[in-house]
Amino acid sequence: MPTKIEKDSVTGTETTGHEWDGIKELNTPLPKWWLYVMYATIVWSIGYYILFPSIPYWTGYFEGVLGYSSRAEVEEKLDAAAERQSEYLTVMRDASPQEILEDPQLLNFALSGGQAAFADNCAPCHAPGGAGRPGYPVLADDAWIWGGTMDEIQYTLLHGIRWDEDSETRFSEMPAFGQGILDREQIAQVANFVLSLSGEAPDPEAAEAGAEIFAANCTSCHGENGTGDPEFGAPNLADQVWLYGGTETDIRQQVTDPRHGVMPAWGERLDPETIKMLVVYVHSLGGGE
Amino acid sequence: MSDNVAVEDAVSTKEQKQQPLFSGRVQVYPKKVSGFFRRMKWQVLAVLLGIYYLVPWIRWDRGPGAPDQAVLIDMPSRRAYFFFIEIWPQEVYYLAGLLILGAVGLFFVTSLFGRVWCGYTCPQTVWTDLYMWIERQIEGDRNARIKLDKQPLSAAKAVKKVSKHAAWLIIALLTGGAWIMYFNDAPTLVGELFTGQASTLVYGFLGLFTATTYILAGWAREQVCTYMCPWPRFQAAMFDEDTLIVTYQRWRGEPRGHAKKGEDWSQRGDCIDCNACVAACPTGIDIRDGNQLECIGCGLCIDACNEIMPKVGRPTELITMDTERNQYALEHGEERPKRHLVRPRTLLYALLFFGIGLVMLGSLFFRATLDINVLHDRNPLFVTLSNGDIRNGYTIKLLNKTREGRSFTLSFEGIEGAEMWVIGKEETPAAQLQLSAEPDSVATYQAYVRVPAEAVDAAKLDIRFLLSDTETGETVVKDTVFRGPER
Repeated sequence: MPTKIEKDSVTGTETTGHEWDGIKELNTPLPKWWLYVMYATIVWSIGYYILFPSIPYWTGYFEGVLGYSSRAEVEEKLDAAAERQSEYLTVMRDASPQEILEDPQLLNFALSGGQAAFADNCAPCHAPGGAGRPGYPVLADDAWIWGGTMDEIQYTLLHGIRWDEDSETRFSEMPAFGQGILDREQIAQVANFVLSLSGEAPDPEAAEAGAEIFAANCTSCHGENGTGDPEFGAPNLADQVWLYGGTETDIRQQVTDPRHGVMPAWGERLDPETIKMLVVYVHSLGGGE
Repeated sequence: MSDNVAVEDAVSTKEQKQQPLFSGRVQVYPKKVSGFFRRMKWQVLAVLLGIYYLVPWIRWDRGPGAPDQAVLIDMPSRRAYFFFIEIWPQEVYYLAGLLILGAVGLFFVTSLFGRVWCGYTCPQTVWTDLYMWIERQIEGDRNARIKLDKQPLSAAKAVKKVSKHAAWLIIALLTGGAWIMYFNDAPTLVGELFTGQASTLVYGFLGLFTATTYILAGWAREQVCTYMCPWPRFQAAMFDEDTLIVTYQRWRGEPRGHAKKGEDWSQRGDCIDCNACVAACPTGIDIRDGNQLECIGCGLCIDACNEIMPKVGRPTELITMDTERNQYALEHGEERPKRHLVRPRTLLYALLFFGIGLVMLGSLFFRATLDINVLHDRNPLFVTLSNGDIRNGYTIKLLNKTREGRSFTLSFEGIEGAEMWVIGKEETPAAQLQLSAEPDSVATYQAYVRVPAEAVDAAKLDIRFLLSDTETGETVVKDTVFRGPER
């Protein structure tokens, strides 16, 4: 503190007493109201310190007189939400998928719950809305490899597809015809025949030759007309929906060395109510049988 | 050290006077007056407060299941009611229309009669007037109030001050209380308020409007008009030489001076400089300085001056409501000009006002009681079905704005051979669907449309949904798109 106070004669205001290259700074004090607001905030903060979690200890922290915790608040809200949902979930536990479909309120709940569960668990492979991706079936269409009724969808969900850990999993395997069963030309011929089932084959002569090969090797699973069989998980080859692509090259590739998709069994991961909601939701995507 | 720095003892700086950063408020003590304008102000005040406090209690039968309050903004169920009118949130443009109508109406009235809004009908004016009346009943008129404020605190002063603020707070509470009635069923809410069952939101708004009324009408008063309100800043743009303005007739009043007995009035102005007009002014200005921003045009100075003039034997209306054109004529001894009510300005405002009003009335009269919203599914955009057909999904919302349940026929235009079905209802694909909507509600349907592959010759086709009431035949259409694979 300087004992002598300098005063700027133009404004009559004190200076701070410091000098920088002959330039001096006026000492303009803070407005009173500003100071009082600051004191008020300090008083306020004391109340805050006492009421709310504030002081960290080595392990843990001072929890505050009110015992507030944002985590507890979230848990409370989740509990309240679960409470509201339990009313529907109890009914859902005993209801068959068909019964859910017939109760508008239950259906609405199942569709919303199913949508959320689908986004969390299914959309990464099957895409939002069940739009599918190459190799991952479209769930919104009416072509079902393993059947599209409510019960079939539920079974697929519970046990998965080619999921070794589940003994009841759906399983099918198409032989790799390129490894010693058919030669390249025969594969091209059968590919042309498969294409002719659902439209025009690029090479009609090859398709004709392919018919015999198809009858000898493929009909046991895919059926005489190539319409497939959900019993064995054999896809319909006579429709416009292709899991691994519908060009001649795609089909030749699949016949030579087939790819086989795997879906986890969800029965152990999700509770039965969620499975049921998912069934209803997937069935509602537009292709349910 | 530079020359302009003086060195003084630290002690002496305490005597230095702090320059305030803004001018402090000068408390206004308006004096009681009586006369034409004061009477009019009381009447307008009574009517407006009556409307404000009573309207929520008017009942209006809308049938079962609907609120029976004539004027109600029902936030939880998202409806606004005004007697026979019911507005949905989608029609909030009616509110915008009302605000525009209000603004143009304000311009219109201002260009004709000056600041009558400010002086008579503005809530700030109405409540301040009411608060001043209470203040006068408790603390007395102008001189008594000035004296009281100068007194040191005594028991008598404390009693007066406390009872004044208590009365103000009660009015503020009633004001806030009436406000929330417009958003809730009034009789139910009153019961809930007193039993503590009303929601926190209701108590919050009650507190908010109580506080704003108390602060604005009790403490802030004319500062609201002078500093906070934007309207005084630009209302002069509505003025012209034919607008009625509170005017001190300078040519008649000047030169002013205190009246002496037996003085010759021909040698001096009529203004006796008694300051009655200044004492009466609720914003504390001197109208003799001419028209100014702070003047709210209430005319109380006219009443005050008219009380004085007959006492000194001079004609009244030294301060008067007059136009600038007329004042000019009078001052220059010309003939009184005809008052022009119809001017380009007023004509334009009137046309705008009635034009907007007519458009709003028309749209209200022909308001559709039915609407359809269609949202094309984006996940997936389209689905190829096993036989090659292309399917699109749509979320269809039917807005039924009547109080009866209705049934509709939904049809589709734009692509040959299209078939529709709805999840959970009408599952069999058909060219037309029968749908229904509950009274006063939105019905949501998830609909699918499938068309033969050969009909989808582009990635995007324009299509149209038609919805018609099966009974009345009222039809609404919605244009949207049908998506297919790139060809």
